[in-house]
Amino acid sequence: MTGKTLYDKIWDAHLVHEAEDGTSLLYIDRHLVHEVTSPQAFEGLRMTGRKVRAPEKTIAVPDHNVPTTQGRENPDQMPEESRIQVAALDKNALDFGIHYYPVTDIRQGIVHIVGPEQGWTLPGMTVVCGDSHTATHGAFGALAHGIGTSEVEHVLATQTLIQKKSKNMKVEITGKLAPGVTAKDITLSVIGHTGTAGGTGYVIEYCGEAIRDLSMEGRMTVCNMAIEGGARAGLIAPDEKTFAYVQGRPHAPKGAQWEAALAWWKTLYSDDDAHWDKVVTIRGEDIAPVVTWGTSPEDVLPITAAVPAPEDFKGGKVDAAKRSLDYMGLTPGMALKDIEIDTVFIGSCTNGRIEDLRAAAEILKGKKIAVKRAMVVPGSGLVRAQAEEEGLADIFREAGFEWRLAGCSMCLAMNPDQLQPGERCAATSNRNFEGRQGRGGRTHLMSPAMAAAAAVTGRLTDVRDLM
Amino acid sequence: MEKFTKLSGIAAPMPLVNIDTDMIIPKQFLKTIQRSGLGKNLFDEMRYTQDGQEIPDFVLNKPQYRNAQIIVAGDNFGCGSSREHAPWALLDFGIRCVISTSFADIFFNNCFKNGILPIVLPQEDVDKLMDDAQRGANAVITVDLENQTITGPDGGSISFEVDPFRKHCLLNGLDDIGLTLEKAAAIDTFETQAAQSRPWV
Repeated sequence: MTGKTLYDKIWDAHLVHEAEDGTSLLYIDRHLVHEVTSPQAFEGLRMTGRKVRAPEKTIAVPDHNVPTTQGRENPDQMPEESRIQVAALDKNALDFGIHYYPVTDIRQGIVHIVGPEQGWTLPGMTVVCGDSHTATHGAFGALAHGIGTSEVEHVLATQTLIQKKSKNMKVEITGKLAPGVTAKDITLSVIGHTGTAGGTGYVIEYCGEAIRDLSMEGRMTVCNMAIEGGARAGLIAPDEKTFAYVQGRPHAPKGAQWEAALAWWKTLYSDDDAHWDKVVTIRGEDIAPVVTWGTSPEDVLPITAAVPAPEDFKGGKVDAAKRSLDYMGLTPGMALKDIEIDTVFIGSCTNGRIEDLRAAAEILKGKKIAVKRAMVVPGSGLVRAQAEEEGLADIFREAGFEWRLAGCSMCLAMNPDQLQPGERCAATSNRNFEGRQGRGGRTHLMSPAMAAAAAVTGRLTDVRDLM
Repeated sequence: MEKFTKLSGIAAPMPLVNIDTDMIIPKQFLKTIQRSGLGKNLFDEMRYTQDGQEIPDFVLNKPQYRNAQIIVAGDNFGCGSSREHAPWALLDFGIRCVISTSFADIFFNNCFKNGILPIVLPQEDVDKLMDDAQRGANAVITVDLENQTITGPDGGSISFEVDPFRKHCLLNGLDDIGLTLEKAAAIDTFETQAAQSRPWV
């Protein structure tokens, strides 16, 4: 009998029912909820007289709409529609008795940062949220993925999800990373390699020495963007780093339960003889600091490269590249390092954790920004507090950055933090789609250190030149 | 959910690859707490200028496609955000079927929850239907879910695959939650066992 992958093991441990055609009912251990994709689901429960089946396993936090400026606890700071949406979550959390971190709570932040921080996310769990970046939690060896609002309602009502099993894909990053290369460069490089549909139909397990060497923060960055490669989820087998991160967090198990949990968690790895439907191997040494040039996360190149020409591509990508270059205002052949930027955004569920802020501050220490506008939006109130304690906030402020309160902010620009048409942004977020950061805004994705380097020079910059 | 059985309608060609859910419905329209009313903002930034004027070149603004019920699209349609507002906007506009070589996973799931049929076909079939779609109102396409066929304007027929469970739900307009609650006993049993084996959850 062939061995099992980590995904197989978690799947099997959560299978409630499987029909002959493979349609399965999967039990959900943690359901994370935010204000944008949940109001219609709660409304559905009200209309049918249903309750939340497991409120103790359901955690809500407003993050997408909330302003990141001081005084935001005053609802007048929000546009009417945002205010209504956040107020709806306040009310739904109260009415249905689920865990809630309102905007006034220091633990509030981006849902994918709050979950791990509070110990809600644990190895071997199934975790869902009405948000595609739920893949983040895969860093703990949890099966975590985004769902739509109908599925949010389904999980609220039944604590299960109807699923068909995905295929297994292994992405191995061998060897060591070169100086200046980070988890963000790994995850972008993988998408550059496989394309945005390369993972469709798969759950990815990231492994290899370069992945093992990453901190938990780095692993979350890698898994966060699994969805950008089309995969249902991305995960990493838990190890001592995982256990050390989890231990002592408010909702992590304690005492005898900790020991029991640990014993099971240590069985959560892919067996040597497990079957893989697809394998991708990349040498860690071959990964450079990268940036995106276009309007798809697969448009990835090393910072030392030049803007490509549409003729460099094949099939439908030729027209897509033409459209991207036009939207981005770029000319083929231009060095990426010559692209001038006017905005820098450091934050998001991809790169809004303490390690990300440390990496950016390291580059910014004693320097001033050379861009029109730069902002740091910590991923949670606790990340923000820690960064202040470590003196990072002072470094950002002295460099000329705005030091904001926690939220999704300019990653998707649902709150007032938006690009104006034609503005060009070095961003640590996860999507460079047309209009993503504001209509007509132009986004280049990169690591926090690279974004900090760009802030200092006013153009896309190889962080290694500043190290 | 409205049933999907047989649909005859105009197909709009959108050959661009990687049409993402931010394009389908930009974030400023996600602030609603309702499912309805999003059709007027479907593809908003491709469809209207900044001051709200229609962009005549955009396919759904052309007279022959204003009543389209089918979209024939480039690879990887619906990638990006999990927002179910994307299928809600398509449905509200009147789109009941999207045909492509591939779809992003979450969008694909979301379609079935809303009575929209996403169909995956090989490149050559999508190319053929894209050509048909270019002919606008002169090229009505018929999608028959029961028989899993697409009939083009020239009478040619293409068969397609669909998951049997999802087909059953679409044909009958079934609500997933109701179906799952029929298995409440199995969920109870699972929870009792899990409370023993993984009490920390």
